[in-house]
Amino acid sequence: MQPTNTEAPEHFHKVVDCQWACPAHTPVPEYIRLIAQGRHADAYMVNWKSNVFPGILGRTCDRPCEPACRRGRVDEEPVAICRLKRVAADSKGDVTARMPTPSPVKIGKTVACIGAGPASMTVARDLAPFGFEVVVYDAEAKSGGMIRSQIPRFRLPESVIDEEMGFVTALGPTMRLGERIDSLKALLAEPYDAIFVGTGAPRGRDLNVPGRQEAAANIHIGIDWLSSVSFGHIESIGRRVIVLGGGNTAMDCCRTSRRMGGEEVTVVVRSGFEEMKASPWEKEDAMHEGIPIRNFMVPKAFTHEGGRLTGVVFEKVAPVIDERGRRVTKPTGEPDEHIPCDDVLLAIGQENSFPWIERDIGIDFDEWGMPVVDPVTFQSTNPRVFFGGDAAFGPKNIIWAVAHGHEAAVSIDHYCRGQNVRLRPPPGMAVSSQKMGIHEWSYDNDVSLDDRQKVPMLETAVALADVKAEVELGFDVARALAETQRCLNCDIQTVFATPLCIECDACVDICPTDCITFTVNGEEGDLRPRLKAPALNLTQDLYVSGKLPTGRVMVKDEDVCLHCGLCAERCPTGAWDMQKTLIEMAQVGGGCLK
Amino acid sequence: MTYIVKPQFHHPSLNKNALGFTRRDYEGRVSTLCAGCGHDSISAAIVQACFEIDLEPHRLAKLSGIGCSSKTPDYFLSASHGFNTVHGRMPSVLTGANLANRELIYLGVSGDGDSASIGLGQFAHVMRRGVNMTYIVENNGVYGLTKGQFSATADKGSKSKKGVVNSDSGIDMVALALQLGATFVGRSFSGDKDQLVPLIKAALTHKGAAFIDVLSPCIAFNNHAGSTKSFDWVREHNEAVNRLDVMLGRAPVTADYAPGELVEVAQHDGSILLLRKVAADYDATDRVKAMAYLQERNAVGEIVTGLLYVDPEADDLHDALNTVPTPLNRLSDAQLTPGSAALAKVNARLR
Repeated sequence: MQPTNTEAPEHFHKVVDCQWACPAHTPVPEYIRLIAQGRHADAYMVNWKSNVFPGILGRTCDRPCEPACRRGRVDEEPVAICRLKRVAADSKGDVTARMPTPSPVKIGKTVACIGAGPASMTVARDLAPFGFEVVVYDAEAKSGGMIRSQIPRFRLPESVIDEEMGFVTALGPTMRLGERIDSLKALLAEPYDAIFVGTGAPRGRDLNVPGRQEAAANIHIGIDWLSSVSFGHIESIGRRVIVLGGGNTAMDCCRTSRRMGGEEVTVVVRSGFEEMKASPWEKEDAMHEGIPIRNFMVPKAFTHEGGRLTGVVFEKVAPVIDERGRRVTKPTGEPDEHIPCDDVLLAIGQENSFPWIERDIGIDFDEWGMPVVDPVTFQSTNPRVFFGGDAAFGPKNIIWAVAHGHEAAVSIDHYCRGQNVRLRPPPGMAVSSQKMGIHEWSYDNDVSLDDRQKVPMLETAVALADVKAEVELGFDVARALAETQRCLNCDIQTVFATPLCIECDACVDICPTDCITFTVNGEEGDLRPRLKAPALNLTQDLYVSGKLPTGRVMVKDEDVCLHCGLCAERCPTGAWDMQKTLIEMAQVGGGCLK
Repeated sequence: MTYIVKPQFHHPSLNKNALGFTRRDYEGRVSTLCAGCGHDSISAAIVQACFEIDLEPHRLAKLSGIGCSSKTPDYFLSASHGFNTVHGRMPSVLTGANLANRELIYLGVSGDGDSASIGLGQFAHVMRRGVNMTYIVENNGVYGLTKGQFSATADKGSKSKKGVVNSDSGIDMVALALQLGATFVGRSFSGDKDQLVPLIKAALTHKGAAFIDVLSPCIAFNNHAGSTKSFDWVREHNEAVNRLDVMLGRAPVTADYAPGELVEVAQHDGSILLLRKVAADYDATDRVKAMAYLQERNAVGEIVTGLLYVDPEADDLHDALNTVPTPLNRLSDAQLTPGSAALAKVNARLR
């Protein structure tokens, strides 16, 4: 293999699994260390710069960082990253003085953002401080989009939404709330330099099986029902509720039902329990509230009597492997099951909906009715129009919307300045040695062996009595501190200087996880199995040195490195050093928001 | 040295041996030696060897004298018996322990000061008596704890860190061991675990006095140009006579070798030493030829390593003394003190 290029950020960025997995590439270990030091406001600002909504995401994020967390590969559970983020948000105090201020100079460019959800508000935040005049349209009276309408209050208090939307609106975008855009053509006629579409995936999928029309009064589309609850239009539901669907919306529906009068709430999914789309912790939380999840059951018909829903008939299925080797479900032949109920909530998927975009304005749509959007620049086939969030590539989640918003903002900035939108500024990487003394480092390299901290919950009886009572209480200071110590500091990199190495093997001997091997070089496929511990996790890269005096190379498997720094402490010549790589994605203005 | 304890987390694919232990279970406390010390590599090799031969940690007794090397038993096999003895006196304490309980496996760890200076006499006698033990000398040619004076194994003409040339002849511990009757003699290098680990495994399973001289560069005081115990010097002058594999009687020999390339030596305990020849015509079972070969190669500046001599039929001190096979701690008081009548009988035989 060729020696690893450690000058470019890619290798070391991939080592920071959480940051690499985060769509917005939040520098997670950096803010976790700040939380450990009690510097919550600083930790919040590190987050805010990358993901714009730390308080919201600290409660609702889909957490792609946690399955990626290296700790999960050496310990039973990953670091509770999401909950630590919430600690930073809850304990930050007043950070308004740290926020960028509206630009006193306007550059004469105006940008319209359609929808006031996470994608649009990210675009607004990124552009407004640099002199853009941003106008945000939304049909609702308040900003936030699906964050406000679909996420139940017991998971996300409204005060958190207000505060974080407020940080964006304070930057000076014109908020034209309560104004629905019914025609993009009409908007294009206005003198906007660019238009960003961040309208989400606002339509819940329906289920057309017998009885749907007759029992319509008690069959509700999940996301519409959730938003009616959020806005106070609905205050109760029947005693027996069936929620159809296995995603996070289904989990929100069933848990909300329990708080709205539903006593016997059942979730029924077509797939197996394991294949459900909902995050594992959301399934756990639902079951904790006494909601059974039944699997491998396909709804066949709604039963009704005198115009009133009486239940749902399900066909039982089982997984089989079909002739093409795919896993599919087939009816088992068992008798159908009828589950009686008073109301049904449909949470079987969301769709995009663009009736307000005319098809003759230069925006191409694909066969599924989705706009053709460049996955890098987020530009549509009409160069003035950009898409992001669920509106771009279908339903995902908040953190993806934020990531799209950042990239679209960079594109809009380039486009408005007449620059090539395809030229993407590279991420910045600040490298600093952590060496303080012979065996002292400016980070805490002693690895905590503690298990993941459990988050305190509101007592179930109290939680179910009030749809607005936040059910997760968050970590207190002691728990948060203990949890921060579980972070392995993966951004403190083991950096190897080939010319200094005397091949004494000290690092090989001390490494707790057998990451380091000195051996003759070879192709990657040849090297991986013959390392001291075979490097079988192909998603993790090898770090290969230049040729050493004995003709061998140093090969480090990054997979389960604890970043404990013992290799560097044991190295007599300083060939190993622990260096922090702070990687920040480029944003509008060169990635240097205040 | 390091300030933090080595984290308990380990690689998910870490193997277990026949006893259900991982290699990490054979580790000791965190080393307080200098960063990069060869001795730490030897400790790691001992850990690896004990893991690979499925050694029950409580069946090993590790004894040492005084010095950097003699600190190291603290850094491996925390679950074994240990005795940090007086300077140069490890061999006599070990001999006593061995006589009292021959069921333990004895590992003596010493250095060039502890064995070639103050303990030279003790070294000589433990070898010639054939005490069943593994004697490892961690040889760096320098007194590290007192900041870098030449030790007795420093080669004549080699230079100290300050540039002083050594005028005394160096003691060759391997030559001594061969001459004194050791029945297993090897030499290796802390920077070559592929060679060192099988040697330690073979020595631990050998019945009789097994000696391994391990060149172990002192990073702080003896790893400079002009030293003959530095990493660079040893790597340049290292001439292995053979490569060793130790078979514990479980896996059959499957690899194909050309005739004459592979020598099998069966030991008392059923283990088989597989020697792949590197130097043509080197016979590791011929003491006289081995001594001559070593002298020849030494004269041209080569450091000969590998399994240099083994007598697979060796006897040990217990055979010579015809001692009782049961450890003394399992004999009853009546057996240990048979009374005045028995004493009178013994005395009568001596008249």
